[in-house]
Amino acid sequence: MKTEYVIIGNSVAGVNCIEGIREEDKEGNITVISEEELYNYSRPLISYYLSGRVAKDSLAFRSMDFYRDNRVKLLLNTRAERIDTGRKQVITDKGRIRFDKLLISTGGKPFIPEIEGLSEDIQGVFTFMTLSDAEHIKSYIEQNNIKKGVILGGGLIGIKCAEGLVEKDIQVSIIEMADRLLSTTLDKQGAELIEKALKEKKQCEVITQDTIRRIESKKNALFKVILSSGREIETSLLVVAVGVKPDIQVIKDTPIMYNKGIIVDEYMRTNISETYAAGDVAEGKDMITEKYSVIAIWPVAARQGKVAGMNMAGGNVIYDGLFPMNSIDIAGVPVISFGITNPLKVDRYEIIKRIDDNCYKKIVLERNRIVGCIFIGRIERSGIFLGLIRNKIEVSNFKDELLGDDFGLLVLPAEYRKHITVGEGIEV
Amino acid sequence: MKARRIVIKEEYCIGCRLCEVYCITQHSPSMDIIKTYKGKFPTPVSGIYFEEKGNTSFAVQCRHCDEAPCLENCLTGAMYRDKETGRVLHNKEKCVGCWMCVMVCPLGVIKIDYKEKKVVSKCDLCIDREFPSCVEHCPNEAIEIVDEKGEKIEKKG
Repeated sequence: MKTEYVIIGNSVAGVNCIEGIREEDKEGNITVISEEELYNYSRPLISYYLSGRVAKDSLAFRSMDFYRDNRVKLLLNTRAERIDTGRKQVITDKGRIRFDKLLISTGGKPFIPEIEGLSEDIQGVFTFMTLSDAEHIKSYIEQNNIKKGVILGGGLIGIKCAEGLVEKDIQVSIIEMADRLLSTTLDKQGAELIEKALKEKKQCEVITQDTIRRIESKKNALFKVILSSGREIETSLLVVAVGVKPDIQVIKDTPIMYNKGIIVDEYMRTNISETYAAGDVAEGKDMITEKYSVIAIWPVAARQGKVAGMNMAGGNVIYDGLFPMNSIDIAGVPVISFGITNPLKVDRYEIIKRIDDNCYKKIVLERNRIVGCIFIGRIERSGIFLGLIRNKIEVSNFKDELLGDDFGLLVLPAEYRKHITVGEGIEV
Repeated sequence: MKARRIVIKEEYCIGCRLCEVYCITQHSPSMDIIKTYKGKFPTPVSGIYFEEKGNTSFAVQCRHCDEAPCLENCLTGAMYRDKETGRVLHNKEKCVGCWMCVMVCPLGVIKIDYKEKKVVSKCDLCIDREFPSCVEHCPNEAIEIVDEKGEKIEKKG
């Protein structure tokens, strides 16, 4: 009997799950359910699509052949509405699909804060997560000849959206509630470099420690935003990018356990047998903090999807490398960060850092092991640090070398160096 | 499919850096050592990181990993695995400079063009040659190439 695999969601976790399944099982049937129209696309690229740097037909991160080669039945424009865990069926808007093994990789959806005057029928207010969001913004600014825009949220999505808009000759104000941009991944010193680049190279206005209290509209079209500080900005374009939350609608009324996201173990199993979750919808144990967290980033989604797929098809693989890592290029400034970058309990951690020529390097250590890093400006070889974090390598013997320009594999303990340069490939 | 893989023997490396010279030459338009270094074209960036301190030195380049983190994390599909040879290659046209590959490469061997905002160089195992140029020209066999099973491929002659 062939196994029936069903995957809800066709973004990075879903796609990697297909690959994981096919490593272990070439015969089983795979059905992928996707709400989207396009056979796949890379969500982080939508800002490049908005600016026009990447065309719509170049947004895919796997070719159409991928689905054919892996014998996947891809159901586009199909919404999974419910899961019947007892009868092992997914109920979609187009019918029921039976499964033996299920992956829930529904991703996240934008979080919309309470703003006075904001309702769904007001024109000119958008979120920025899907291709369709980007298309709506694109046609709106072209049709209405928009020259000014406001972005609520100075995180990764907000900043990349700002860049996309700037390249469309729109003057952008970014409003961030925290005291800095990228507040979850950077410290104040790092964020200042980003802010400076956005102001100087992209002429963005950055407003921190403020938020939108109220919006005003005329004939159902956005006309003005009013900030908590009292400041008013006239604009007919507002992008709300304050964050995403796991899209767990489909598991409501099921016994599948969730907190913020669906709780998974290191095999990516939920509490219900034969049911797995991966990606932005999943909540797993952070390797560094040991707290259950939703870490909505590509690398996690990719690995979790792959691991889930292999295990669904009979493999026995764990994923224990969950922690935040982010890579972004902002106004020409490359930024990479890992793990804990701005610890509040200062006495528990040792911090070493270096700043020069608009380059910043910061390393956070706990008991002589690296638990977090920031690299801004110069980012080469930062992947070596990722390995040091993941493998919990003791760094006391080469701590002085960590910040050096010529940091490389050579300073690492010989045994570890041999392991990664001569070993059987690389452990992820 | 598994790729051939370069392995290094740091105990044999004498730090001559010929691997870099030949890597650069091989990836230049002329493939001629004099024209590459004295010619009018910009000198290409080598796919090798050469590391040296005291008596220890070695060259490190892409291992074309079986489970390649750079592939898994590429947002655009610019990093891809060649179906025939199993090599991990980079298509500059598709690269948008998101630096995900740089972030996840445990060897830290992906180089950046900060001006063009793209990945500029990674080892391609010398597409047009039977033997990677660095392997062939290493005078001390400090850089070797092994086949899919991990067995050393002997240089001819």
